[in-house]
Amino acid sequence: MSRVRIYVPRETTAVSVGADEVAVAIAREAKQRGADIELVRNGSWGACWLEPLIEVQQGDKRIAYGNVAPDDVPMLFEAGLLEGGEHDKRLGPVDEIEYLITQERWTFWRCGLTESLSLDDFLAHQGFKALTKAWEIGADAVIDAVTASGLRGRGGAGFPTGIKWRTVADASGEQKYVACNADEGDSGAFSDRMLMEGDPFGLIESMAIAGFAVGANKGYIYLRSEYPLTHSILARAIDTLRDAGWLGEDIQGSGFDFEVELHLGAGSYVCGEETAMLESLEGRKGIVRYKPPLPAIEGLFGKPTVVNNVVTLASVPNIVNLGGERYAGMGVNRSKGTLAFQLAGNIRRGGLVEKSFGVTLRELIETYGGGTASGRAVKAVQVGGPLGAYLSAEQLDTPMDYEAFVEIGAMIGHGGIVVFDDTANMAQQARFAMEFCAIESCGKCTPCRIGSTRGVEVIDRIIEGDNRDANYDLLVELCDTMEDASLCAMGGMTPYPVRSVLKHFAADFATGSDT
Amino acid sequence: MSVRKIAQRYDNRAEMLVQVLVALVQQNGWISEDDIRELADALNLSRADVHGVVEYYHDFRTEPPGSHIVKLCRAEACQAMGGRELAAHAEEVAGGDTTLEAVYCLGNCACAPAVMIDGKTYGRVDAERLDALLASLAEAAS
Ligand SMILES: Cc1cc2nc3c(=O)[nH]c(=O)nc-3n(C[C@H](O)[C@H](O)[C@H](O)COP(=O)(O)O)c2cc1C
Ligand code: SF4
Ligand code: FES
Repeated sequence: MSRVRIYVPRETTAVSVGADEVAVAIAREAKQRGADIELVRNGSWGACWLEPLIEVQQGDKRIAYGNVAPDDVPMLFEAGLLEGGEHDKRLGPVDEIEYLITQERWTFWRCGLTESLSLDDFLAHQGFKALTKAWEIGADAVIDAVTASGLRGRGGAGFPTGIKWRTVADASGEQKYVACNADEGDSGAFSDRMLMEGDPFGLIESMAIAGFAVGANKGYIYLRSEYPLTHSILARAIDTLRDAGWLGEDIQGSGFDFEVELHLGAGSYVCGEETAMLESLEGRKGIVRYKPPLPAIEGLFGKPTVVNNVVTLASVPNIVNLGGERYAGMGVNRSKGTLAFQLAGNIRRGGLVEKSFGVTLRELIETYGGGTASGRAVKAVQVGGPLGAYLSAEQLDTPMDYEAFVEIGAMIGHGGIVVFDDTANMAQQARFAMEFCAIESCGKCTPCRIGSTRGVEVIDRIIEGDNRDANYDLLVELCDTMEDASLCAMGGMTPYPVRSVLKHFAADFATGSDT
Repeated sequence: MSVRKIAQRYDNRAEMLVQVLVALVQQNGWISEDDIRELADALNLSRADVHGVVEYYHDFRTEPPGSHIVKLCRAEACQAMGGRELAAHAEEVAGGDTTLEAVYCLGNCACAPAVMIDGKTYGRVDAERLDALLASLAEAAS
């Protein structure tokens, strides 16, 4: 029998539920049986609820088995794993799994498919095709394609990427930088991580394209410290590319120089804000800078800098390969293309779902997510991280569209979707929003620093029933002040989740009796 | 590795201060007054500057941690799956040589609640699984 390839993801979620142990068990079992196997560590397809999800290559098909535990491995071999044999945990060919095949994988298409750290596998799957094409068509044409695509920043603010790149390209100065924001602080968000772990070379190629387009020869990745596995994967990917001449001077004889430096954060949420991130990259406290000047004009070390989120950047290679119009042809209104939504919290089938904009929350949560994990009713859904509003079950038909969300006082942000069932106490969630702001505030503005601490106290009093009406008014006033007088969205948007709870779940404040 | 050695690995560049501190915490678990003094010297910064940075970031512990560090995710997706109750349970059962810390998202939100133990992330952690994980730490020690 010829050598059989078995895929076991090396990705944080899969590993967090036992993928490494499964890989060890497979290797051990194969050895005992004298079976010739090749263990491939791929990224995750994003069907997190099926992790550890392993696959066995059979001809041109990959047969998937889900929720595999190390103890299952001997029985799986017994059942003919190496021939894709029948077993309770057999899911069938991976490319027939409903959750996956109905997605529109523009940005995440290599995730799960390829061996994350194999440069050969990357090159066999269009690796560096876009960078090479960028060299052919020239920097201007790359920026034009990105502009035509309608791509907007996936880090939260939704700023048009093409305009940002053009600004940096046009800015004067010899030295320019690309800074990739991999701080991914939002709860419910893990798409940046999945991309970096599943397609690390793809991210670096994307950064090189950005660098080529704007005239930058150096890129920085600012990665949060909570992602140690991601860090080791990225570090190895960078080394591999350097050794292979895909990073450094005169890359592949193109005349283009590009280097990447990997930095770690240190547990500060606000360091995901772009100017705080730049401060941190320069070795200082992550305190938000006043804008202007924009980072595009005066960014890292005072030089013009493209700051982009991981997913924003990783959307670019296919825009270069297939054309901006193709991307703009997906989505709705001013929300073009796809977004990698992340289903999290109390959800039966949590994971990553890349779909065109315009899909509704209900479709994501019900069709993909299968409702709550607890089987109870959905009570609230927080979209866009800790600064995003809590939506009620009545709002699930809202289409995923930046502007439609703004209209209902919410935001799509990074596309994280956190589901709560009907046991959740939303007053506690409002309190947490204020508490989180108090913990993470950079301290520059008073409304954010002091207002959030006051907010926690006031909410506690409302919950206890202490002067409820007066404290309720005070809370609304506090929210107004924070919104009006904060420098960044930390203080400026913390009121969003709070107000949404006041609006949709006011009854949850009434647990204490009024005194 | 000594503080000076770590600083040297970053060419004693002042703008690498955060990276040097990250490496130091990874190695020693915390940052001491002596470390701060030596770093200020090596990177040609004032001690107050280094102090400010150490105080600013949550990761930079200024007390030695216990022999194990358990970070419990206290953010929303984990809250939605019983993270608050898990944290309360952890407070009750964790041994004295274990440092419990809050963390706000480990990026494992689809398999909540999530916990990081000595740098490794675990998912779908209910009270029972946490007990087993903590017990395996104790076992490894004895
Ligand atoms: C408090 C705060 C935290 C943020 N955290 C992140 C983050 O973790 N990742 C990210 O990409 N953007 C984050 N942002 C948005 C960035 O400031 C910035 O808009 C983004 O990195 C720009 O890249 P994009 O245009 O590709 O989205 C945050 C903003 C604020 C105000
Ligand atoms: S709003 Fe808060 S986090 Fe943002 S700059 Fe002001 S104090 Fe800092
Ligand atoms: S919220 Fe706990 S891992 Fe993301």
